[in-house]
Amino acid sequence: MSALSDQLVSFAILAYLVAMISHAVEYALGNARAQVATPARELVGAGVGGAGGSLPAEPAVAGTTAAGRSGHRARLAGRIAVGVTALAALLHFGALVTRGIAADRMPWGNMYEFVLTVSFIGVAAWLVVLWRKPSLRRLGLFLTLVMVLLVATAELVLYVPVVPLVPALNSYWFVIHVSTVVFSSGIFLLGVVPAVAYLMRAGYERGRRSFPYTLAKRLPAAAALERLTFVLHAFAFPIFTFAVIAGAIWAEAAWGRPWGWDPKETWSFISWVIYAGYLHARATPSVRRNVATWLAVVGFCTMLMNLFGVNIFFEGLHSYGGLD
Amino acid sequence: MTVVDDRPASPAEAPRRRPNPVLALLRNSWRQLTSMRTALVLLFLLAVAAIPGSVLPQRGVNPEDVRDYFVAHPDLAPVLDRIGAFEAFGSVWFSAIYLLLFTSLIGCITPRLRDHVRALRAKPPVAPKRLDRLPQHAVLAAPAGGAAAIAEVLRRRRWRVVVRGDEVSAEKGYLKETGNLLFHTSMVVVLIGVALGSWYGWSGNRLLVAGAENAFCNTQQQYAETKFGPRVSSADLPGFCLRLDDFEAEFLESNGQPKFFNAKVTVDEEGRGPRPAEFSVNSPLRVDGANVYLLGHGYAPVVRYTDRFGRSQTSTTPFLTTGDVGITGEGVAAFPDANVDPATGRRDPDLQMAFTGLYLPTAPQQGPFVRSDFPVERNPLLNLVAYRGNLGLDAGIPGSVYELDQRQVRTGKVKEVGTKLLKVGETWTLDDGTRLEFLGTQPYIVLSVRYDPGSTLLLVSAGTLLAGLMGSLFVRRRRVFFRVLPAGAVAPAGGSTDPASGSPTGGSSLVEAGGLPRTDHPGFADEFAQLVAAVSGDGPADERAGADRDGGDPAGAREGAE
Ligand code: HEM
Repeated sequence: MSALSDQLVSFAILAYLVAMISHAVEYALGNARAQVATPARELVGAGVGGAGGSLPAEPAVAGTTAAGRSGHRARLAGRIAVGVTALAALLHFGALVTRGIAADRMPWGNMYEFVLTVSFIGVAAWLVVLWRKPSLRRLGLFLTLVMVLLVATAELVLYVPVVPLVPALNSYWFVIHVSTVVFSSGIFLLGVVPAVAYLMRAGYERGRRSFPYTLAKRLPAAAALERLTFVLHAFAFPIFTFAVIAGAIWAEAAWGRPWGWDPKETWSFISWVIYAGYLHARATPSVRRNVATWLAVVGFCTMLMNLFGVNIFFEGLHSYGGLD
Repeated sequence: MTVVDDRPASPAEAPRRRPNPVLALLRNSWRQLTSMRTALVLLFLLAVAAIPGSVLPQRGVNPEDVRDYFVAHPDLAPVLDRIGAFEAFGSVWFSAIYLLLFTSLIGCITPRLRDHVRALRAKPPVAPKRLDRLPQHAVLAAPAGGAAAIAEVLRRRRWRVVVRGDEVSAEKGYLKETGNLLFHTSMVVVLIGVALGSWYGWSGNRLLVAGAENAFCNTQQQYAETKFGPRVSSADLPGFCLRLDDFEAEFLESNGQPKFFNAKVTVDEEGRGPRPAEFSVNSPLRVDGANVYLLGHGYAPVVRYTDRFGRSQTSTTPFLTTGDVGITGEGVAAFPDANVDPATGRRDPDLQMAFTGLYLPTAPQQGPFVRSDFPVERNPLLNLVAYRGNLGLDAGIPGSVYELDQRQVRTGKVKEVGTKLLKVGETWTLDDGTRLEFLGTQPYIVLSVRYDPGSTLLLVSAGTLLAGLMGSLFVRRRRVFFRVLPAGAVAPAGGSTDPASGSPTGGSSLVEAGGLPRTDHPGFADEFAQLVAAVSGDGPADERAGADRDGGDPAGAREGAE
């Protein structure tokens, strides 16, 4: 089972890679017509509070057949990319299930399993988002890139063989705390994709034509990206809050204090405060949306710090990453 | 969530002639402090200020690391210490930030609380003259019962409704602000809970070796280290005694990782008889007024030393684990009262004895014998060095009971007199004819005993915090208005977007409807359309029922169908 799980992870990485390439092809082929075709959906959310994102992305040259054909091919590539992403997610899920069976517990016992699960939640949530708003498909390029990086890091750097849990982790609070941490981290992971895309696209829409902004030429409208960023963060934040509270309750039972400023706890606190700052900033009319969105990106960096940095650099009660 | 400002603008104060500059300054600073921007900046500062606490070693988490840091950075460490960097979360700068933040918070929620109570009591406002100016607008055929019937439909959907003649105003989503206030207030309560715990709470750590003779009672002197809140004195400790009867541990055969721990103890609480109890990691022992947590375990070798005068003393000293999987223990068995001449009663301080070294529960087959292979005692071995001389225990300098005072070794007051590997039951005869016997071991556990009076408050406020947060994030405030138009009235300018209005049933009157989301609410158009359909009574009824999207899954908030 354990070997099967390892193979499934490798296949999943390959599939993410293929999906990423298809997305890239779509991106390269994509032309203005594809965008003009779905303006109503791309401008969702701009209606009520947001600024209008209704700038014509490209001068829509009256449909030459070449443009039409490449537009068609781009759409095809995009659909293939989504299909392959779904397949990769299935393989990914299979890897988690077999790993769990091999270990006879939930597959969240060490950093390797943790990263694998978080990234799975991210991709699953992405598929849900895509199902509801197909117009956001082009974000998939960024998402699959993140997936390839994360899952490959897990496989190459963090891999550990299957072992049971240390007694400190052997508690039902383990399931409650870790499942919610994993789940909210997965959503935050997905949330940072539209956040970064928004920052680039907003710059592009403001007329910037230098390097990172030009990448955003064919992204969905900034307002829609910003809206998605917020929805994902607003969804993940209470879950993360609950996870931190559950962690404190568990820490009280295991170590005798709900909160002890252990490095892992400290960095969860930092993430929580930064995300609270993001929600505040977004609710404050005088704070510009891209400042708020930067806070979301910073928040995600602190999550990464907690996931990788704390396990690697610091020694604390949470040192069960499985690395020596 | 764009704030479509909820607070009624305060009436501009009449400019006073000569405002007191001090008062003006104070008022201005207060306004600054309680603004959202300040809250934001303070939040960010708080996050940044927490970083040093995770990067630098902290006394509260790991005092040894702080000591090591002082050794490694002799110049920097005292400077850092002066600014409180090793107790970052209790430092002046950290406290200043969160106290300012909470002051700002209280200053922010108090007026909002007042406004909200007012809003809860107030009726939904009068419908605006021109409903077609609102973000949502529709014209439909009037239902049979007129305004009353419309109000009924809205009430059933839990809108707050008021009927004024032919007009119906309704509002929904007050829970948003209620949740927001509950959330922010809970945060203040969390802080109070933390403060209670740190003022009135206490904790102590110690080792407990198995056996009746090693039982401990809950007094301050019995702890290796204690932390008392400023409002706690040693007389406040609840009286109970604890004896370790047995300790079980199971380990994974493959790599020695622990699988299971259980400590069997006898608890003797004041006023109650002794009773047996068990506890383990994740399930502490709860006695009246304190909780006992199991933090670690190890072995205490039992050795008997027979001195020059033939007198024997037995020592059971916990050897502290060195942190490896095999629970290699490190410690010292000291005999300061050895070699006291029974005839004269005179003690020769230079003939004190100490044995330091390692205890290996499972010694490897071949040397070096410095690291145990497995945490269970399969091949127990003591690897000892004997010292004779003045141990320096009388000098009054507090030293660790778990290690030999190295100053005495350096100054030559204590001399090494041999080394030896001992198996259980073996005896070591030293150069002066005295003997050390290795009798066996006793398990010991590491305990943390704590009392935190704020914990219940913390738990409750964490719950309300979460509930408030959900309300604040997922509820949306919005208003709708309906106006029954007299029969034959022309639909107002701007036209209608509702198909139902296309063919008003001859002679019967029309209803004009408008909707206003008070906070960013992309699903509002949908909700409004459904509401309009429900009021006009057409469409499949089952789809209308329960169409309330209030508090629903945010990802599912559908985009406007307009
Ligand atoms: C202890 C520090 C604070 C934390 C952790 C915190 C956290 C939060 C969070 C997570 C939200 C998001 C909920 C939502 O969007 O409705 C929020 C909203 C809000 N906070 Fe705070 N807050 C803090 C202090 C403050 C202070 C000092 C103020 C006043 C200046 C304030 C005023 C508000 C307001 C007005 C909202 C509602 C925004 C809206 O309409 O959506 N908060 N807060």
